Amino acid sequence: MYLIVLTVHVMTLCLFVGTAAIVDLRLLGLTMQKVRVSEVMARLLPWTSAGFLVMLISGALLFYAAPLLRYQNIFFRAKMLALVLAGVNVWVFHNTVYRRVAEWDLDPIPPRSARMTGGLSLVLWAFLITLGRMIPYQVYWFN
Amino acid sequence: MSVLDFFERLQYSPLLVAMRSSSWAFPVIASLHLMGLALLGGAVLIVDLRLLGFGLRNQPLAQIARDAERWLLVSLAVLLPTGILQFMCFAATKYYYLTAFWVKMAVLPLALLFTFAVRRKVAGADETGMNPVWSKLAAVVSLSLWSTVAIAGRWIGLP
Repeated sequence: MYLIVLTVHVMTLCLFVGTAAIVDLRLLGLTMQKVRVSEVMARLLPWTSAGFLVMLISGALLFYAAPLLRYQNIFFRAKMLALVLAGVNVWVFHNTVYRRVAEWDLDPIPPRSARMTGGLSLVLWAFLITLGRMIPYQVYWFN
Repeated sequence: MSVLDFFERLQYSPLLVAMRSSSWAFPVIASLHLMGLALLGGAVLIVDLRLLGFGLRNQPLAQIARDAERWLLVSLAVLLPTGILQFMCFAATKYYYLTAFWVKMAVLPLALLFTFAVRRKVAGADETGMNPVWSKLAAVVSLSLWSTVAIAGRWIGLP
């Protein structure tokens, strides 16, 4: 059962981080330069959100399988911190740069602040993946 | 030399012995493999979703396929070396005996072949003249093949 949930968690990685990465790459001006940023976001983010929901549910189940062990795990704690940071990054982007998307919607390479969000997002998700993968390699336990 | 002999040679080559003695090398390589998987997922999905009539459906299919292929190649450039290293780490003592590994090795070439031969043709063809059943079928086959590769990979499991 644990393995099935874990498989769902890993498979959904493709949907969630995969579509998020494409959006981030567009924000960095590295893909689909001719497509409006708002269109990429509108068409792909519903898939990203659906993926995130499955990630959250399967992730919560994986945590629930061994709550104390996870809570004491340094990589788990770091992963949750990175998750919060990734959330803040998304929130800040939607409430600042993206408010003015009409001004740079068609730019092949979006403005610096949008590129920063895309880059930061890619780095944070890469961190999250690494920290998640590290959870079984725990070396230091919290009390 | 049998397959098992060959796998043993790989596993006990000096580089791999050094890699196994590090407690970090394996999870770090596995993490990079997962990042590659995520990127591959994105690159495969935007084209398959488009073929199914979802995602960026107002954009020309050929354009999306071209943009996605670049990132698909990048993801494969990450996945293949990190995958081969993980396999070499425990080739003779673990992978050789795992059905999931052999399933993955059988389906991976099929997935690559289908993506770069069949689906590429479908995505590059003139959309107006094509029966939508074919593009949908191509997307379903592509998704099934890549899912099998990913699930079999997950089933190989932790070392």
